[in-house]
Amino acid sequence: TESSQFHVLAVDDSLFDRKMIERLLQKSSCQVTTVDSGSKALEFLGLRESDDINDPNAPSTSPQTHQEVEINLIITDYCMPGMTGYDLLKKVKESAAFKSIPVVIMSSENVPARISRCLEEGAEEFFLKPVKLADLTKLKPHMMKTKLKKESEKLAKEENALLIPVIEEDSSVIEILPLSQELESEQHEPMLSSNKRKAMEEVISTDRSRPKYNDITTSV
Amino acid sequence: MDALVAQLQMQFRDYTISLYQQGFLDDQFTELKKLQDEGSPDFVAEVLSLFFEDCVKLIGNMARALDQTGTVDYSQVGASVHQLKGSSSSVGAKRVKGLCVTFKEYCEAKNYEGCVRCLQQVDIEYKTLKTKLQDMFNLEKQIIQAGGIVPQVDIN
Repeated sequence: TESSQFHVLAVDDSLFDRKMIERLLQKSSCQVTTVDSGSKALEFLGLRESDDINDPNAPSTSPQTHQEVEINLIITDYCMPGMTGYDLLKKVKESAAFKSIPVVIMSSENVPARISRCLEEGAEEFFLKPVKLADLTKLKPHMMKTKLKKESEKLAKEENALLIPVIEEDSSVIEILPLSQELESEQHEPMLSSNKRKAMEEVISTDRSRPKYNDITTSV
Repeated sequence: MDALVAQLQMQFRDYTISLYQQGFLDDQFTELKKLQDEGSPDFVAEVLSLFFEDCVKLIGNMARALDQTGTVDYSQVGASVHQLKGSSSSVGAKRVKGLCVTFKEYCEAKNYEGCVRCLQQVDIEYKTLKTKLQDMFNLEKQIIQAGGIVPQVDIN
């Protein structure tokens, strides 16, 4: 059976911050992998950058690698040398294989323009450092969403494989709802990735973290 | 109840509260303690150890950058101050963090005297905090050695 623990990929160039976020996530019952750069994060996911083909230092990842790694969320620092958290966010969202993975950005600086830029690019949340345990409870719904979707997709595939012979043989019209639709109607969180923009607007208007990034005074 | 344990626990409680009241520690230190449990019994000590190592390293960087005969690279100083501000904020080292905020402003203003002053103060401050926390940890050890448990201290 599938592991019920969420697996989070945490990205931060500071050893200190990695230790903190790792413990925070473990305490929130998540499995954690930490890396110290955006490029290592992409390497871990199995994403190969097209301009790395001639780079002798580029990781030689096999196409099977990313299928074995199931990441339910990426949490990344914004300010990192080389690839920033924003750059990493963009790369993830541009990738067909990984764009459904929720991405959360962390920063020690409260810069409203930075925050809205990240949210517009598809980040689910923006956390101000130091991140607290209470902040991480906001992650569960995002991770649950993708896990449920993946599971329902998987089940729907298996169901359809069973249903097809029945439909062909029987000429009468039988309304057989694919399992995914049943799951969707039971979900109390109607935020599906196809309505992402709408969902983001909903998140922005009801999100309890709003006071944080609307507060123009620098929080220190 | 063992009189010694009770006395030590009271000392510990009073000492911890005083650290908050005097502004050495803030809420974030409380948050840090929440992350320690049976699975990670030394988490706070490990993080503080990392923090104090960071202090030594970063203050060294700042001192070197400010010691340039000629032009001082304030962005270099500022980069180290920024890092120290981040880690002090994460452990709840309130006074150190506060000094870093001021220090950062002096860096941005390229105020040499201000920077040098802040450097001296931040050096004293982290060392003071280190001593205070060492005393707090020693009290914890004594409680455990006397057969008691370290009480949860409610700051409010």
